[in-house]
Amino acid sequence: MSPIVKLNKVSKSFGSLNVLQGVSFDVAQGSVVAIIGRSGSGKSTALRCMNGLEKINGGEITVCNHHLHQNVTKAQLRALHLDVGIVFQSYNLFPHLTVGQNIMLAPKWVRKQSKAEAKDLAAEVLGKVGLAEKFDAYPEQLSGGQQQRVAIARSLAMQPKLMLFDEVTSALDPELTGEVLKVMENLAKDGMTMVLVTHEMAFAKGVGDKVIFMHQGKVWEEGDGEILSAPQTPELRQFVGNGL
Amino acid sequence: MTYTFDFSFLAEYWPELLSGLMQTAQLSILSIIFGFLLGTVLAVGRTADSKAVRRICAIYVEAIRNTPLLVQMFMIYFGLASIGFKLSAEFCAVLAIVINVSSYTCEIMRAGIESIKKGQLEASDCLAMSWWQRLFLIVLPPATERVYPALVSQFILIMLATSLVSQISAEELTSTAVRIDSMTFRSFEIYTVIAVIYIALAFVFRIGFWALSQLVFPRLRRLGTPL
Repeated sequence: MSPIVKLNKVSKSFGSLNVLQGVSFDVAQGSVVAIIGRSGSGKSTALRCMNGLEKINGGEITVCNHHLHQNVTKAQLRALHLDVGIVFQSYNLFPHLTVGQNIMLAPKWVRKQSKAEAKDLAAEVLGKVGLAEKFDAYPEQLSGGQQQRVAIARSLAMQPKLMLFDEVTSALDPELTGEVLKVMENLAKDGMTMVLVTHEMAFAKGVGDKVIFMHQGKVWEEGDGEILSAPQTPELRQFVGNGL
Repeated sequence: MTYTFDFSFLAEYWPELLSGLMQTAQLSILSIIFGFLLGTVLAVGRTADSKAVRRICAIYVEAIRNTPLLVQMFMIYFGLASIGFKLSAEFCAVLAIVINVSSYTCEIMRAGIESIKKGQLEASDCLAMSWWQRLFLIVLPPATERVYPALVSQFILIMLATSLVSQISAEELTSTAVRIDSMTFRSFEIYTVIAVIYIALAFVFRIGFWALSQLVFPRLRRLGTPL
């Protein structure tokens, strides 16, 4: 089976800063890929390039049969966004809408579902993240961990083929981190294809089918979770040195 | 001072004052509605991706904000008439006020739009929303809610500024008072009376805007906190 995501020699620079320098990797259907690395290693940028939030300067990305290149159009990006969900570090829930409205918005307006359909779907995904009783709450009434689970539910409601997670637990304390990771683990068990940028080494090792260590804008080391136990490069050894 | 205050003319003229009040209210409400709509379009223009659109909207706003409302009114009423467009005073009054209030509303709404965080826009884009959906579902509702108090102040000011249209002989509260004054010579009394009426009208408008906010901002109604 061909990979659902394929990055081929992707480069990206912000001004004179070369953030990605020829990044290549694949994501297999149904797998969980964890991208790790220091701040500034380009891991978040790589993830954001995968759904067009950043335009790449060189190379090619194929995501769910959509091709991303330098001159990708808005219409192409919209088509891509129908297949790919993303969850952000800062949740980005819509503050003027209730939890239920946040989740129903895109199914109703983008997928053109009826109100009843959208409501059923919202209740279902909210149940999946364990927050069924928060349907009518506003985001500001929830804890950070709950807001992040709602953000996951909102993304799930669009029934994506691939989900991207951009440091989704970095703003949370250990207890709240745990509840969000639990939801992600369940998603992985359900067979969702996931790519996550994370600092949670234990999660990367335990749930990730593949771990990618990025360093200075390049894929420095790549393999299953075991590369964290037996790093091949001094950089990864130093990175995980204090962790596991 | 031997002046004796005499409000007895009110017995005869109150129906005229009442109709003047209604005309002021009507003029104000029309101007506020269309001024808000035009101002919001301008604010979207001032925050658009296209530099040309931003520039055009900015020039319009600066031109309007830096000329007196009375001069704008004269330009539209007397100016247009002199080059062959004869329009009714009431229409010109609304047009002038709409143009004026739109430029101020634009600046207030722009502040609201710019308060929307980039993450909100990214989130809506990543949910495959179109530009229009993003604007009407994600950007404008919270933007309006945030600047609503400033908008209300501006709208009350505009209601008071409708008194200027008496200068182009449009019918409203102040022009009614001027007419009553010329017939009764009770200047102090009549202008005191309409000052009180303006205060009352401003109060009614504030209550109306508060009620409207409860209707259109459900989050505010439920939580009562600023967004």
